[in-house]
Amino acid sequence: MLEHTQLTDKELNDELLRDILTMPKWWLPAVLFLATIVITGYSAFGYMVFNGLGVTGLNRPVFWGFFIANFVFWIGISHAGIMISAILRLTQAEWRRPITRAAEVMTLFSLAAALHTPLFHVGRPWRVFYWIFPYDFSRGIWPNVKSPFVWDPSAVGTYLIASTLFVIVCLIPDLAILRDRAKNKITKFIYAQLCLGFRGTTRQWKLQIIAGILLSALVLPIFVSVHTVVSWDFAVLIGTEGWRSTIFGPYFIIGAVHSGVSAVAMLMALSVWIYGLQNYIKPDHFDAIARLLIVVATTWFFFFFLEWVWAMFTLESPEIALRELQVGPWPWGPLFGIFVITSFVIPVPLWMFRRFRRNAAIMFFTTILVNIGMWLERFLIVIPSLMRRSHLTFDWGSYSPSLIEILIVLETFAFVALGMLLFAKAFPLVPVFDMKEGMRNRHLIKVGRRIIPATIREGLPHHYYNKEHHK
Amino acid sequence: MAKRSVLGLYIEEDSAADALDHLRDAGFQDHEYEILTGTPYPEGTFGEAEPQHHLYRWPIFGALTGFTISLFYTSITQAAYPILTGGKPVLAIPAMMVILYELTMLGAVIFTIIGIIFESRLPRFFMGAYSEKITEGYIGVTVTTEEDRTDKAEEALKKAGIDGEIIRGWE
Repeated sequence: MLEHTQLTDKELNDELLRDILTMPKWWLPAVLFLATIVITGYSAFGYMVFNGLGVTGLNRPVFWGFFIANFVFWIGISHAGIMISAILRLTQAEWRRPITRAAEVMTLFSLAAALHTPLFHVGRPWRVFYWIFPYDFSRGIWPNVKSPFVWDPSAVGTYLIASTLFVIVCLIPDLAILRDRAKNKITKFIYAQLCLGFRGTTRQWKLQIIAGILLSALVLPIFVSVHTVVSWDFAVLIGTEGWRSTIFGPYFIIGAVHSGVSAVAMLMALSVWIYGLQNYIKPDHFDAIARLLIVVATTWFFFFFLEWVWAMFTLESPEIALRELQVGPWPWGPLFGIFVITSFVIPVPLWMFRRFRRNAAIMFFTTILVNIGMWLERFLIVIPSLMRRSHLTFDWGSYSPSLIEILIVLETFAFVALGMLLFAKAFPLVPVFDMKEGMRNRHLIKVGRRIIPATIREGLPHHYYNKEHHK
Repeated sequence: MAKRSVLGLYIEEDSAADALDHLRDAGFQDHEYEILTGTPYPEGTFGEAEPQHHLYRWPIFGALTGFTISLFYTSITQAAYPILTGGKPVLAIPAMMVILYELTMLGAVIFTIIGIIFESRLPRFFMGAYSEKITEGYIGVTVTTEEDRTDKAEEALKKAGIDGEIIRGWE
């Protein structure tokens, strides 16, 4: 990272906590707007509970529709936080500092949004508890642990709890800063309770650094398992063309990383525009994430290609019929075209150019495209396979979403945006203490005739440094 | 005897390191003083002792707990409601593996978090001598000792050139 704005600790506190300790003018209208969409979505859900699943477009043979496609999409987005945060923390990449918190928080709200849709999809969400928890002693009915519908909650639940705890632990030092900066007595009291009396002793910092690395190492295997388990919702089903594929695990993971990292890039652009974080998120950061995206997108495309090759290689007529359905008739064919063009054909060539990679607007545009494409990818995996599930032609069918489903899916998008806005009002989206450490460890050094920035590597163990005092 | 804490603030890292030298010269032990900073510094920056911890034991204990709970959950529920599928054993180990893995990891994460909080000596209900300037970039050296030794501590802190006045607090 060559681009850098050196700021003092006080300037960092003032800039990064400004929107928390004061109320920006746009904040309330934005929250009200998003809250209206969320309430509308919940109202639609209430209507669906009252009238039954008949108000959706789900019908035989397509019993999985918008809700499940949306579930897989949000699980994918949630992978961004851990992908960016954990891997960059473990490799001690300097450019992680301004973006880790926002990426982690996006994970939390995306996971919550992901959990919405299957809960809504079952029609009577409270019954899910019978499936998961072994508590109904009187009837003697227990969870069927052989079913992916028990695996899913255990994987997604583990990921949600782990990610939430990860965010909370990494937030403690910033809560202490907020405690010290808050003017209002009640606010100060709340932050004082939340930061657990953190003072910044050597011991507390040492454990914070270890926590970041240790939790990253623990959450990464969970991150890999979650989307694999989600892919098994499809892959372990016998007799559904297009789903029963051994490549689904890694294919889903790389797809999740593709959409998730794109979402982080989009969030970076939004953070610069909405919160004025241009002193922290520089064109260099966009450049770095775009380079990462090129690798991820290309790997994803390779898996997508392999999935098709292996499906077609068997020359089985039902599989060929399904693939023809996916790329041929209206609306599947055009949707397939949009999916491939938006998720790979437009963005990747654009990211090859440095000036586009460094442009926040272009990055925002291309990453939005990727996520449109990746949403369609999940839709195209779910629906066409179910339409031709039966070999008897009279049992074939199609699917079009009802207004209720559309409103509930829109609600999940508003929910994530609203969650991010509310979080950013109470807590800093950029880790303040981490930025301060980065500023302090950064120095300009002269190499030959050039002055270049150099960074002291953080987190080295005690014995690495000179311990004259203890000899 | 009741303990009191005193705090001296410094702008420069070297001054804080000098303060620790003066405290050692005045007979204060490593456990009696602490460095307070707004950001993590490389270990040993101020010549302080290396904090010892047992954090790495927590995830192992948590993983074992999570694995045990998940083993009970998966095996007892299957045994309580046995469904024979395709003539295979009632306890379907490949299916159990998913839940065993997830809950083992969950146990490891939860115990790690508890470990981090416990080993960080949190929650701390009384702040003792503390200044809000610490989160603005000042470096604090705080000494927690018996009331009759606070004068000695203050003297050692002042020798290193504190910024402002000594801050006092109760433990």
